[in-house]
Amino acid sequence: MAFHRYDAVVVGAGGAGLMAAIQMAGKAKVAVVSKLYPTRSHTGAAQGGISAALGNTEEDHWEWHMYDTVKGGDYLVDQDAAEVLAREAIDAVYELEHMGLPFNRTPDGRIDQRRFGGHTRNFGEAAVRRACYAADRTGHMIIQTLYQQGIRHNLNFFDEHHLVDMIFTDDGQCAGVVTYEIRTGELHVIHAKTVLVAAGGYGRIFRVTSNALAGTGDGVAIPYRRGIPLMDMEMYQFHPTGLYKLGVLLSEAARGEGGVVRNRDGEAFAVRYAPTLADLAPRDMMSRFIYEEIKAGRGIDGKDYVLLDVSHLPPEVIDEKLPDITDFARTYLGVEPKKEGVPIQPTAHYAMGGLPTNVDAQVISDPAGTIVPGFYSAGEAACVSVHGANRLGTNSLVDLVVFGRRAGKKMVEDIATLDWATLPKNPEEFAREQIEGLKTQQQGERAADIRKAMQDIMMDNVSVYRDEALLLEAQQRIGELQESYKHVGVMDKGSTYNMDLLEAMELGNMLDLAETIVHGALARQESRGAHYRGDFQARDDANWLAHSMIYRENDASLRLEKKPVVITRFEPKERKY
Amino acid sequence: MEVTLRIKRFNPETDKKAHFEEYAVEVDPRDRVLDALNQVKWYQDGTLTYRRSCGHGICGSDAMRINGRNRLACKVLMQDLGKRVTLEPLMGFRIEKDLLVDMDGFFDKYKSVKPYLIADNPPAHGERLQSPEERHLFDDTTKCILCAACTTSCPVTWMSDDFVGPAAIVNAHRFIFDSRDQAGAERLQILNKGTGVWRCRTVFNCTDACPRDIKVTEAIEQVKRALIFGDQ
Ligand SMILES: Cc1cc2nc3c(=O)[nH]c(=O)nc-3n(C[C@H](O)[C@H](O)[C@H](O)COP(=O)(O)OP(=O)(O)OC[C@H]3O[C@@H](n4cnc5c(N)ncnc54)[C@H](O)[C@@H]3O)c2cc1C
Ligand code: SF4
Ligand code: FES
Repeated sequence: MAFHRYDAVVVGAGGAGLMAAIQMAGKAKVAVVSKLYPTRSHTGAAQGGISAALGNTEEDHWEWHMYDTVKGGDYLVDQDAAEVLAREAIDAVYELEHMGLPFNRTPDGRIDQRRFGGHTRNFGEAAVRRACYAADRTGHMIIQTLYQQGIRHNLNFFDEHHLVDMIFTDDGQCAGVVTYEIRTGELHVIHAKTVLVAAGGYGRIFRVTSNALAGTGDGVAIPYRRGIPLMDMEMYQFHPTGLYKLGVLLSEAARGEGGVVRNRDGEAFAVRYAPTLADLAPRDMMSRFIYEEIKAGRGIDGKDYVLLDVSHLPPEVIDEKLPDITDFARTYLGVEPKKEGVPIQPTAHYAMGGLPTNVDAQVISDPAGTIVPGFYSAGEAACVSVHGANRLGTNSLVDLVVFGRRAGKKMVEDIATLDWATLPKNPEEFAREQIEGLKTQQQGERAADIRKAMQDIMMDNVSVYRDEALLLEAQQRIGELQESYKHVGVMDKGSTYNMDLLEAMELGNMLDLAETIVHGALARQESRGAHYRGDFQARDDANWLAHSMIYRENDASLRLEKKPVVITRFEPKERKY
Repeated sequence: MEVTLRIKRFNPETDKKAHFEEYAVEVDPRDRVLDALNQVKWYQDGTLTYRRSCGHGICGSDAMRINGRNRLACKVLMQDLGKRVTLEPLMGFRIEKDLLVDMDGFFDKYKSVKPYLIADNPPAHGERLQSPEERHLFDDTTKCILCAACTTSCPVTWMSDDFVGPAAIVNAHRFIFDSRDQAGAERLQILNKGTGVWRCRTVFNCTDACPRDIKVTEAIEQVKRALIFGDQ
């Protein structure tokens, strides 16, 4: 076992983690832990853009951005946080540009902006150009730029280290992390004053997803098992346009540039459901429109997909602004988007829920907002909550840089005042036992079988459409799978790059998160944003204008509490587009 | 359809030498090579080891030799490969285990060209200006995902350890031709050394290997021209 001591540990080297670490460079001793090489993080997959009310191509104001964020999230958004997001987005985007991010430019040399779903002018009047972008590889440019700055600042990277446990003292202070060095199989204890979890999302819980194979929610599940509650887990976003069966994302940018979604009759049906924004209606709605069309038998050939059509756009727009996503259609489906529609279906995309934090990225442990000393979270792993019940496109990248930056600044401040927490004896013991258990299990269940069963039930019963019967069935099934998981064994018994072992550990994390998603979805007897209940179709502000906080008790049962939503400027209204 | 994967295996804990093992898998013609690998790992042999994450050619994890050519396993479909598919690790890097190689040297060379914007004093408010034409000059080289397919396809890098290699040059190009950057001359000097661009023999293997369709050889030529004529 190896031992280290750092002022700050950042778990996750995606956009959120790197942004935080860069803020701390030179001001604190920082370790950046990542199971992937930083540039492999899924932030690199983000395509469409990052929103900020720069007003470079038409009038725009942060208040409009804030309003769209709140309404897009079906009023489950904490408005103090949305205000921070919309205000600070502007500076954050300029900071990225100053770091070298190669944004597309307007003819007069400013950052170019384009339309994106749910972003409007003057509180809902019409679509507005707010998304700053670098072709359709904005996330790629963000991860590259931030990693470049990380090199420049000489950050200490613990590459290919897998978080396996977090250490808390008896009185609840975070004292560090336990990581597993993938190359050697050695355990490392990193004693730290502050720990930031920025370990991303967990789309791999579902069968069809836009998320990377590494998107398994380890950073959310591990503190949850250590007693930290999770917020709004039932709020999981399905993006309307994933490549049929594969789930690979075709960005909303395609519709921002003028693409439309068509059913078997060739009808661009979105306008029938959302007369003002049509194909640029928010994702939860678009996904549901597609679901309705398919249910009504208007999927292509009566099957469970429809077509994304950009063939009417000028070829040079496709080549200049949508090169990657048209390449995906060609490579994986053999379809030429300049000539024909691309088969698409909703794909599991983004976790609005996660570790509850305040606007300074400090993790909180109850509805009153009590802070867990030394523990921070940002990015998709966290729930501030700026996305509420449905995230708007481009708002995740904003979230990463705005709250990643805030996390880093707050941590520097706190490092000066926090005392070193005392480590318990043998802090790595629990992780060691877990690993030994998996390696020595004889004739165990196969992780792949359990994973597949979990992904199927979550996709079929807990995605765009939910009701009590479906959810109860899922609850029972997940319970059974958790039981089977106790007997999982791995074939690889070695120490060098034992990915077999890590995949098994990731599965354990996903099962625990799946359980919380189902639990939250059962409890929330209303429809709001991404959470649609066929048996409770209306939004119920009287009972559910509230976040759910799920705790895991010592006996492994789940307990749910409600946390009121912060409302400052915008009173909840019916959501129409 | 049923295919046979011939995979080069090496476990440092038990093997002295790498060897091939064969696996029969049932695949859909539209499956990616990565899907076939996952099938082996998940249902036949959990010890098979390779890196992967995004699954659609964007993270740069899974470059390997597929039927002798450097490709991303997640960007090649089984239907394009025939019934017997040979999978080997990238050439020229130390094999850690099976298809997974040591990338440290690769990243060190990348870092040696100062791959970050060097420019002082951004405006107090707002962005630095850059015209679409200026932006266009380095568009191609911003696409790099650091997969190492180019560098490990280059005969010069097989022969000598110290050539910085095409990937590092691509990333230097990205800054040398960025109108906002002020350290182009410094980077050009790094690439002017014996380990730099003059080692390139214009073989074009790198360009063929690049999964992002970056015109790698052309970028190297532009750097050479900048060194000769000073036209960045
Ligand atoms: C295809 C796609 C397109 C998207 N497009 C957009 C867009 O256009 N605009 C937008 O705003 N948003 C977009 N999003 C959403 C956005 O990209 C993500 O939500 C965001 O990038 C997540 O960033 P992150 O920093 O939280 O985590 P990630 O970038 O996912 O990084 C997670 C990090 O945590 C590390 N990690 C995970 N588990 C462990 C562990 N156990 N131990 C150690 N390290 C660990 C990983 O190695 C990685 O470094 C898109 C998402 C997808 C999937
Ligand atoms: S230039 Fe192309 S082949 Fe080389 S590392 Fe970059 S993406 Fe890979
Ligand atoms: S898995 Fe990301 S490039 Fe292949």
